[in-house]
Amino acid sequence: MKIHEYQAKSVLSRFGVPVPRGEVAFSPTEAADIARRLGGDIVVVKAQIHAGGRGKGGGVKIARSANEAEQLAKQIIGMTLVTHQTGPEGKKVGRVLIEEGLQIERELYVSVVIDRAAARPVIIASAAGGMDIEEVAASHPEKILKEYIEPGTGIVAFQARKLAFGMGLPGPVVGKFVKLLDAVYKAFLETDASMIEINPLILTKGGDLLALDAKVSFDDNALYRHPDLRDLRDLSEEDPLEVEASKFSLNYIRLDGNIGCMVNGAGLAMATMDIIKLAGGEPANFLDVGGGANAEQIKNAFRILMADKNVKAVLINIFGGILRCDVLAQGVIAAVTDLGVPVPIVVRMEGTNVEEGKRMLRDSGLKFTTADSMGEAAEKVVALASGR
Amino acid sequence: MAVLIDRNTRLIVQGLTGREGTFHAKAAAAYGTNVVGGVTPGKGGTMHEGWPVFNSVHDAVRETGANATVIFVPPPFAADAIMEAADAAIPLAVCITEGIPTVDMLKAMTFMQGRPTRLIGPNCPGVITAGQAKAGIIPGHICREGAIGIVSKSGTLTYEAIHQLSKQGMGQTTCIGIGGDPLIGTSFIDALTLFAADPETEAVIMIGEIGGTAEQEAAAFIRRAFNKPVVGFIAGQTAPPGRRMGHAGAIIAGGQGTAAEKMEALSQAGVHVVKSPADMGAKMREALGR
Repeated sequence: MKIHEYQAKSVLSRFGVPVPRGEVAFSPTEAADIARRLGGDIVVVKAQIHAGGRGKGGGVKIARSANEAEQLAKQIIGMTLVTHQTGPEGKKVGRVLIEEGLQIERELYVSVVIDRAAARPVIIASAAGGMDIEEVAASHPEKILKEYIEPGTGIVAFQARKLAFGMGLPGPVVGKFVKLLDAVYKAFLETDASMIEINPLILTKGGDLLALDAKVSFDDNALYRHPDLRDLRDLSEEDPLEVEASKFSLNYIRLDGNIGCMVNGAGLAMATMDIIKLAGGEPANFLDVGGGANAEQIKNAFRILMADKNVKAVLINIFGGILRCDVLAQGVIAAVTDLGVPVPIVVRMEGTNVEEGKRMLRDSGLKFTTADSMGEAAEKVVALASGR
Repeated sequence: MAVLIDRNTRLIVQGLTGREGTFHAKAAAAYGTNVVGGVTPGKGGTMHEGWPVFNSVHDAVRETGANATVIFVPPPFAADAIMEAADAAIPLAVCITEGIPTVDMLKAMTFMQGRPTRLIGPNCPGVITAGQAKAGIIPGHICREGAIGIVSKSGTLTYEAIHQLSKQGMGQTTCIGIGGDPLIGTSFIDALTLFAADPETEAVIMIGEIGGTAEQEAAAFIRRAFNKPVVGFIAGQTAPPGRRMGHAGAIIAGGQGTAAEKMEALSQAGVHVVKSPADMGAKMREALGR
């Protein structure tokens, strides 16, 4: 689960990570009030969306007065911000962070993730902060520093010092960095984060370290034990159909194509998208109905699938292991009867009780196109979607 | 022969008395697996579907001589179940549970270091040795005895591969679902190492997916040390970056872990990579020159 920058900073500061003073505003008037409270010569107005690259897209501005902050907030709230991470359709801004301006001496980079191959957390740090870290890694791999953490031990001070000296931090700041990293790692573990990225971490002219920007995402599997963090979810940042699907424990991701897919199992669902593409079509979605789907879930899946108006044909690809083909057929027939699905449906099923399932589809009186293999199913659905 | 499990396996089920545990314990027994009991804390001393239930894995191992366990325990308690199995020094633990928090798995993996238990999964369909035994949820009736090993991150794609092989007249030795989570107990390399040492396994189908670098590491291993034919497929060639495709580990993050880079690495290592998931069986026939 992703959260906004201002939420990430609030979580981090709870663990002792220094962050700039600031508050979130949902309206220009609120923005002006916050700017007045913060005082100082300048404040920064930052669009809050779940995507990076906001500065380049015009979502981060500097204001020299509370009035100017209000004007800028008026421009930014409600605008559709397009960055390299939002896709061409962009994201609508609903809130802005108003933050104190700071005198920046240096910009650094720090993040924590789980390294899958090493099966342990890794701290990544770089003196080249404020830039896209993937670009830094590609062009200057020597500027990326890593420390692997022993899960039983946690981060040890010498590791933090190694990173600090590696980034060339001046002596008096090293101790501050050790403390900061300790707090970041603690936040990572205790919130079940899947990623914490501070970019940039700034060294001010006054010699302080602060998280000027922060990106935090949480492990969805652990949200059950963090009700406070779950409340930070901003549904307006997500596709409405994906939100709807998540209510029924359906794994749905909306894509740009016109062939709806309903599949059991994540791997087979991805493979089905792949084979549609190979056959010359474009998948409209990823949809995994899971191993134990029942008739009700299949109906919900259909409803969500068909709510995407781009869908011109549907491919159902089920390999029944636990999910029996007759149960699937029953669900599909009920859904198509109730919802009146107006587009062609290609069904390919295999596995447990497949003959019974096929018989039910044949005897339903509904018009299904059947296929015996994935390849055949893909060819047929692509032809039907393109009106051939 | 085959690998991991066979006729001599004595299997217990952690979470036996739950719905999933009961269903799959029966299916495993019906397939011929020697299921010897189960573990549900607090229900020790009772019988369930004819099997003795124990309070702990220690008790179950002591009383039944179990040498493998399959875990059907809900996500909040699954890491605990894995560590309990490891503490009882049971040689094989297969964890089916999907949705275990990564931090819990981090603890479990650390705990397992230096202990003799091999973990398969979590978030996997388990293991089946055709015609002999199964621990997990792979439907037994689609398997045929034969000479092909399968190792896969995905459950239903494993079934698809088994089905295609059977249609081509090729059976399987052992099929291993290693799971789609970021942290898993048995890697592609571990599974390939087992298949390399198994005289009955002539060739292997390897099914990967986007996310992480396990397939690239396997490619390096195959190039260096694996001499049997391998047919490979990577799911997610059309997956959008930055989105988690069902499995917790299936995500292209920071431009890393794409299907293209994995397919390239495997091809370079001499793996017969298929673009279409429909071609796995036919490609295996071709690779074996039949």
